[in-house]
Amino acid sequence: MALGLTHFLVVSALLFCLGLYGVLTRRNAVAILMGIELMLNAANINLVAFNKYVAPAALNGQVFTLVVITLAACEVGVGLALVMAAYRNLETVQVDRINMLKW
Amino acid sequence: MGTLAAFFILSAVTLIPAVVVVTSKNIVRSALALVPTFFGITGLYILLRAEFVAGIQVLIYAGAITVLILFVIMLTEGGTGIRIRQVNEQVPVGALASAVLAALLIWVFLRTPWPQGPGALPEYTAAQIGTTLLSSMVLVFEVTSLVLLISLIGAIIIARRER
Repeated sequence: MALGLTHFLVVSALLFCLGLYGVLTRRNAVAILMGIELMLNAANINLVAFNKYVAPAALNGQVFTLVVITLAACEVGVGLALVMAAYRNLETVQVDRINMLKW
Repeated sequence: MGTLAAFFILSAVTLIPAVVVVTSKNIVRSALALVPTFFGITGLYILLRAEFVAGIQVLIYAGAITVLILFVIMLTEGGTGIRIRQVNEQVPVGALASAVLAALLIWVFLRTPWPQGPGALPEYTAAQIGTTLLSSMVLVFEVTSLVLLISLIGAIIIARRER
């Protein structure tokens, strides 16, 4: 059995579902951001793997991965700033206790 | 054969700390478990012959983002104690949804006949990535840098202490 595209796809699917589980079950906003990071990394593995096995002549997959990494850094920066602002105003980072808009 | 063994070792290095990330009761431990996950993904990139992406992964994810997350955990002490319950009441539903999605995805991946593209990767990808970014992808490059600048300003404004 040679190493193929399917191996990488299966690993990234497992990583994505672990991240999804973290996002669905965590109460801490920072832990939810960590789950989102895992999901973004799974998508990046897919992009690079498809680049190698399906379209190796063009490097669009790797360039796109670099763009996704940059946007993930932006997202983490803004997300953690929001967590800091919520903590300063509401004294909590538990997302099920940040429910001021909920009647 | 050697690459297959390397792939399985790297997959274990990626997935086992990822389980710790999403299940650990101590949030500092789950933030630190992100580091081996990101290093395992770096190894997978090297296995896929994407050296430049692997370097960027180490610099940005394993270096910067993990440190940023740890800083915010330290600054927001309120939600980080071990005594505080870290999971909500959706654990069975979330586990079921994730398992069903994983099974579905893996089933689809195993059944799909993936096409094999022509051509081969260049010997070193970094040079061609740079050329691509500044020729055919220059609009993507510029818009990404604009988004980076805007998110920088936005993060500063949101996190700034108001007078």
